This record gives sequence, C-alpha cells and structure tokens, in this order.
Amino acid sequence: MSAALDPIRTRRPQGDLALVVSLFAVILLIGGAAGVGYLVLSGSLDGRWYDFRDLGVGMAHLAEWLDEQNASQPAATRALLGDHWMSYLTTAVIGGIGILSFVGGVLLILIWVERRLIARIQVRRGPNRLGPYGLLQPLADAIKLIQKEVLIPEGADRFLFFLPPILVFIPGLLVWGPVPWAPNMAYLDLNVGVLYLIAISSLATVAIFIAGWSSNNHYALLGAMRTVAMMISYEIPLGMALISVVLLAGSMQLSEIVRWQAQHYAWMAFLIPFSLFTFFFSSTAELNRTPNDIAEAESEIVAGFHTEYSGMKFGLFYAVELGNAVAVAAFVTAFFLGGWSLFGLEAFIPGYIIFATKVAAGYFVLVWLRGTLPRFRLDQLMAFAWKYLIPITIAHTTLVAAEVTAMGALALPGIVELGTVALVNIAFTVWVMRRWARFLGYRPETERVMQPKLTTQVGGLHAAERMRGAS
Amino acid sequence: MTTASEPYVLNIGPQHPSTHGVFRLRVVMDGERIQDIDMVVGYLHRSMEKLAEERTFTQNIPFTDRTDYLAAMSNNLGYCLAVERLAGVEVPERASFLRVIFAELQRLASHSMANGTFINDAGAWQTPLMYMFREREKILDLFEMTCGARLTTNYMRIGGVSFDPPPEFYPAVEALVAELPDRIAEYTELLVDNEILIARARGVGIISAADAINGSITGPMLRASGVPWDLRKADPYCAYDKFDFEIPVGHNGDCYDRFMVRLEEMRQSVRIIRQALDGLPSGPHKTEIPLALRPAPGEAYARVEGPRGELGFYVVSDGGPAPARFHIRAPSLINLSLLRQMAVGTSLPDAIVALGSTDIVVGEIDR
Amino acid sequence: MDRALPGVVTASTDEWVEVRPDRLVDAMRWLHDDPEMDAATISNMCGVDRYDHFEVVYHLQSLDLNQQIVVKTRIRDHEAPSMQSAYPVYSGALLQEREVYDLMGIRFEGHPDMRRMFLWEGYPGFPLRKDFLQIADHHPGLPHFPFETGTQER
Repeated sequence: MSAALDPIRTRRPQGDLALVVSLFAVILLIGGAAGVGYLVLSGSLDGRWYDFRDLGVGMAHLAEWLDEQNASQPAATRALLGDHWMSYLTTAVIGGIGILSFVGGVLLILIWVERRLIARIQVRRGPNRLGPYGLLQPLADAIKLIQKEVLIPEGADRFLFFLPPILVFIPGLLVWGPVPWAPNMAYLDLNVGVLYLIAISSLATVAIFIAGWSSNNHYALLGAMRTVAMMISYEIPLGMALISVVLLAGSMQLSEIVRWQAQHYAWMAFLIPFSLFTFFFSSTAELNRTPNDIAEAESEIVAGFHTEYSGMKFGLFYAVELGNAVAVAAFVTAFFLGGWSLFGLEAFIPGYIIFATKVAAGYFVLVWLRGTLPRFRLDQLMAFAWKYLIPITIAHTTLVAAEVTAMGALALPGIVELGTVALVNIAFTVWVMRRWARFLGYRPETERVMQPKLTTQVGGLHAAERMRGAS
Repeated sequence: MTTASEPYVLNIGPQHPSTHGVFRLRVVMDGERIQDIDMVVGYLHRSMEKLAEERTFTQNIPFTDRTDYLAAMSNNLGYCLAVERLAGVEVPERASFLRVIFAELQRLASHSMANGTFINDAGAWQTPLMYMFREREKILDLFEMTCGARLTTNYMRIGGVSFDPPPEFYPAVEALVAELPDRIAEYTELLVDNEILIARARGVGIISAADAINGSITGPMLRASGVPWDLRKADPYCAYDKFDFEIPVGHNGDCYDRFMVRLEEMRQSVRIIRQALDGLPSGPHKTEIPLALRPAPGEAYARVEGPRGELGFYVVSDGGPAPARFHIRAPSLINLSLLRQMAVGTSLPDAIVALGSTDIVVGEIDR
Repeated sequence: MDRALPGVVTASTDEWVEVRPDRLVDAMRWLHDDPEMDAATISNMCGVDRYDHFEVVYHLQSLDLNQQIVVKTRIRDHEAPSMQSAYPVYSGALLQEREVYDLMGIRFEGHPDMRRMFLWEGYPGFPLRKDFLQIADHHPGLPHFPFETGTQER
C-alpha cells in the first residue's frame, strides 16, 4: 500500500521514443530499398549511376520513356488526346495511388501518435492494450467505426448528410500534391502552388458547414456557424503570411521556394518570424485544433458540427483533421523551415528524410499545443484575427516588399542583405506586436494576477467594503 | 440593416460532457447570446430526506456520504455535529483532531477536482485535471487505508470517528503534506498566469458582494466576491479554533477569483493538516453511544464549511430512534440561485465557464 | 421585535422566535434592516411536518455581527397551506422555497417562479409529508429498532 504513495517516479518514455524511431527507420529503409529495387529492375539504370537519394529521377525517366512510346502512336490518337497522354495518365495514376496510400497510412499511424503523445503530456500512458504499445489501436478504431450502424437523424437532409465526409477528404488529399519532398520529388509542381494551396484548403469550410446544417441539430448548427466564421476570418492572415514568403522567394512554386532557402542557406523562419507565427496560428484555426477548436468544443456543444455523425463518417472527419494537421506541418516545413534542405547536408542525407523529420517536429508542436492550452472564446478569436493579426500582417508584408525592392536595387553580398532583413524584421515584429496590443487595450500590468487577500477576521458586507477600501 | 432572427431553445441536457452530473439547462438563445436560462434538476433525486426518517441516526451516516459524493467526509462531519448537538454527546479531543485532518484532506481532494474540471470546461483537454488527480489519488488512498472506502467514506460516527488510523497512515500523510506545497506551486506556475485562462475566466460570471450575501451564496463563491466569511473562523467547530490559518478573499467575484480562492484554500488546508498532525493528542477516538440513540425531543442545526460552501444539517427529534425531520442544506443548490443573473446576456461558453466555477455536485442538489 | 412590530410575534423562546405566517415579510424586513439584528442572509430554510401543523424554520445569519437568528412560522391548514414568500427580502429564498413547495406542498405567495423542482408537475402528493406513505398503510418513522439491547460495541 505504501508503494502506491511513493513520490511519483514516472518512467521516462524511452520505450515509446525508441519504438517510434525504429519504426520510422524501418519504413524509410523499406521505402528506399523499394525505390532502388524499382530503378534497378526497370532497367533504366543502363550503366548510369543513379542516386537513390532522388527518387524523382526515376519518375522523370519513366515519363520520358512513355513519351517516346507515345510518339510512336498513330497520328489520329495523338491529335485527339495530345502528345503526352500516356505519360500524363500513367503518372497521374501512380501519383494518385501513391498519395492515397501515403495519406491513408499516415492517418492510421497518426491516430496512435496523437493519442500516445497527448497521454504522455497528461501524465498517463495512452492506449497500450491492443497490440504491443497499443499499435493496433488505429486498426481497431477503424474496424469499430466501420461496423457501426449507419444512423441518419430523422429530419436530416439525406444527400447533404452523406456529402461532407467525402467533401472534406478531397482537399485533404489534393493539398499533398505540390509538397516538395526532395529536389525532384514534387508530384504536382504547379508554378502557382501557393495559390493552389490556399484555394484548396478553403474547400473544407464548405464541407463543415454542410455537415452542420444538414444534421438538423442545434448543436451542429452552432458549431457550423462558429467554424465558418472562424475559418473564413483566419484565411486572410494565412494568405498574407504566405505573400511575404512569396515576395522573398520570388516565386509561388513550392519547389522554387525551398530551392531559394537552400541556395541562400537561410530559412524563412529566421528572416520573417512573424509570418511563421501567423501561419502557424491561423492554421490551428483552419484545422479546428486547440487553442482554436471552438467549433468542436467538447465541453460546450458536445461535438459541434459532427455531433450527429457516427461510424465511419465520423471516422473520416476525425482522420482528416489529423491528416490536415500533418499537411499543415508539411507546409510549415516547406515554406519556413527550409523543406528538404539542411544547410548543405542534403548532399549526404536523402531530402525526403530531412523533410519527414521536420514534418514530424511540426506535428509534435501542434499536438503539444493541443494538450496544453485552454481554448479561446469565439469573439476573442475573431477579435484577435481581425483587429490584431490582419493589420500587423499588412504592415509586415509592406515592409517585406520594401526590403525586397531594396535588395533588388542595391547589390550587396547575400549574407549582409539577409542578415539586415532578418534583424529589421525581428525588431519590427517585436515592436509592432507590443505597441499594437497596447493600442488595442491590452494592459497586462492592471490585468495581472491579483492574488486573493488573506485575512483572519470574518465579517459580512461591511467587512467586504472595508477590505476593498483598504486594497 | 439587421436580419430577422428568432430565439431557439438549446437543451444542455442531462447527458453532456461538461455539466458535472445529471443536470439539465434549458437555454433560450438568440444566435450566441443567451436570453434566458433555466435549470431542471431532479434527475438524481433519491428522497434521502424521507428515507432518513426510517433509519436510526447512525444508519443515516452513509446517506450523508452520498449527497455530496466528492466531499463525503465533510458531509459526515456536519451530520455528526448536528446529532451530537441534539443529543448532547461529548466528543473526545483526539476525535476532533482526526476529524479536522480528514475534513481538510477532503477539501484538498475536492478542490483538486473542482479546479481541474473548471479548466476542463475552459477548454484544456483534461491536462490540468490529470495533473491534479495525482494528489487526489493519494488522498483517496489515504482514505482507503483508514476507513476502507475512497469516495463514500462513512468515517465519522456520532461521538467521534469510527476507526483510529492505522500506523502506516502517519508516514504516508507526512509524505503527502511535505510534497503538496511544491505541487500547488507547480499548478500556480502553470495556470495562474496563463493568458488564455485569464481571457476566458476574468470578467465572467461576476457576482457582487451584496448580491452574494442576499442570495445566500456561501463558500469559495462568497469569498471570491470579497466577503470574508468562513465558518471555520466564524463558528468554529471541532478544534478549528486551535489552528492558525487564513481565509483567502477575492476581489471581483468572477470565475478567475473563484479559481484563485480555491487554489489558495488548498495551501491553507495543508497548513491546517500540518498543525493538526503535530498536535494530535492521544486518547479514545470516539465515545460510546447506544446502538439506537434516542435523543430528547428537540432540534439542532449544525453547519460545517464544506468545500462547496456552508453544509448544514437540520435534525429534529421526537424521542424515537429515528429523526423526525432530516434536512440537508445543500450549498450547490443554493449557489445556483444566481445562475440566471450570471448567465443571461453572455454567450454560451461564458455560461458554461460560470457554471463550472460554481462547482456543483448534483448528488447534493437533488439529494 | 415585539416592540417594533406589534402583533407579529406569537411565541418566543431563548432559541427561536415564532411569527405569524401572513406577516412574515414584515418580520424579515425588520430583521434585515435593524442594525442590531442585521440578518443579512438566509442560512437555511426548512419545512417540518409536525402532524397537526406545518412548521417552516428559517435560520438567518448575520455576517458582520456573527450571530444566528431562528425564525419559525406555524401553518395549521393541511389541505392548501400557503404563506408569504421571503423572496422580496432575500433573493436566496428562491430555490429553497421551491424545494419546500415541492416536497411539502406549502405554496409561497409572492414567489416569482412557484413550480416544483425535483419532481414533475402532476406528481401525486407531496412526499415529505407524514401522511404520504399511509397510502400503503405504512407508518413513517422507526418505532422500534429490532436488535436493540442497550449499548453495544461497534
């Protein structure tokens, strides 16, 4: 009995960490071996030495080979479908299957990671019953959700009720297109990648609103209204933060942005830290994660917009939320943390390993925020977005534009330019954030913690007035 | 141009992840503003007061456990004090000290839970709750060591306490008291300066001192509104006048002040337990009373400062072995008198946070 | 109080004061306002069924002067008992009077929201009355404890 009362000796989570690292390593090794095996077996090596650090080269050669095949097609087919239809079709199918399997696999793993991480933050273990270290938990969750009865509330709009889980999954897949894993490894390397990302991530808002409306439930409608208000408000700071990135890098293409960071040996996070903060915070609002999860605030409106969803429909919402969290981590990595570059080390370590590590770190920060912070109230959230973030973001973007113009006009060595830019930006950020907060009425010294007064005399109203007068 | 809108009724129903127990609120809302709020209780009504009229005074002690199941020791204590006053039973000094120790341990456990669930209502996904539950687990282990039960303890008897704590109790409680100030400092550091908590809880659910006194509010809610009233100092029972402690008084009467008052009360409880342990006299742990106590006809009203407020027991005897009337003054119910005033006009998250800060236990409301 | 409000007090002892039920608000207001009594809050309010009459007990508490005043009223009507509500003076009587109405059946006039609290409207009877269980020929109270043989070791 007294053993139960010993001071807490929490075991350090070595088991978890070792397991995660070893799983990660195994997956990477198998992936790398499969890639190499493919290259070797497809015969495209042909005496040339290919580095498996860059799997995109294999795909490029496949596309070339398919184009050659295409050129030998009859002219009629070519006129109808275009010169590259075979390579387009094949690469589309391969890429689609690739992204789908990647996202699907990642979602399953994420459920386990999130629950164990939050549990560790909360001084408890997390799922550890199903399989060693609870690894089969996501599988069990998926099976449980699939075999549940399909419940549709009586007054719900049937078609609109079925639509949202699908509708919210589609952007979750599409946003993984432009993500640059390595110098030649971006599946959909659009030259308007940033615009594409912002556009596609807005689709989720529509899906959530349809979900809330079609449920015929007050809670769901409340949650949907809150979500729409919040997500729309936070898309503006999100986009404007990315404008600063685009201005500095000179291109909207994600691989170009990462290449810029690799060339200049400078991460955007050092140059424009305010944009990183804005992007990160607005993303938690887009993702409906704490501290901005007012849309599904469990303690208030049960489950918000997905109250009436049960079974795999709910499973899709939940999984897509986690998947989007990793997508946001991937964007933060690509835009601000240098992507696949690591100050020159990418010549030795495969780019996608560096990228995946940074994505994991970003996701860890998101889970950490979720486990630690309480949530904001809706009007506080909106006030923060409109009154605080947007004006400062506009000012910051103007400043970055001025810096870019200055850099283009003067021809100083790179390190001086970027160093100055970084210092100016950091100083500006700190100064503006404090001044603007004060301007808006934030007075920490008067609102600071007022400890309760301690007294030994009891009394009633008169004593209360005396105490208040004395303070 | 304003668009037309009509108010709708939202039922924060008996089953809900947030309300502490089976407690229902009917909220008439216009968008996100609350126009009217009405509570529906009675889902846990177990007719304790009627059942108590058919059992002897000692047999009613387990009933008192189950009213406020998160503060069972305080309930037991209040009831035993009432019957002792009615029947004129003397309590030995060791029993008084032991009662103080267990009542203060119970206050620590209850405030851990209250503060944890309050922050849970404000949105942090159970992380502070889990941290505060570590201490609560140790306290419940101590209860189990002494009287066999963690939650519904049934420990106090009319005339003293039921069991003398076993020898392994004392080192365990010493260890707990030694590490608790650090733990409470840890919570203070993590939570008190938290911007988000301040933004959520400051200015929410304000009750002025005059309203609180007129509305019969007691306990941490009253003290947070600025009124220095604590029954342990005003009407000392059971050796509290021998200890040196202070009562925390808040400034504004909002949810943040209530949270701070409860946190400070936890520190003071540790002080009291320390002094009680140091000065624990030896002697019998209860006086013998007849199996079916038949007090002289009369009435008695005794109250203790429970973790939620003034927990009072009004017992009327007509000479028989059972009470003729057994009434529990439930602080949770009476603290809800001002719920409408706190919640109307605010938005739904504010109402939930205000409800969380009143620290209700539905077993006590419904009895 | 007898000097200040003549005719209100019907009986008094060292421990309590008994007032007429239809002059309750005056008595309460006087107790609330009088600087020597200063009954600032209702500490407890309870109804007791004493077989031939109902008794409603108020424990009033003065916080500044740290004293407790017990006020009782007696209602003889068993069919439709009613009395004045203390709500105009103390807003804390709101829920306590609803509880007394619910369990004992005493209506309070002047209460803004007189409805049953724990039980639903339409519940047959008022449970805490002594004659409630006589429906099944069950007598309330415990007349004889089965195994009583004097003081026993627990």
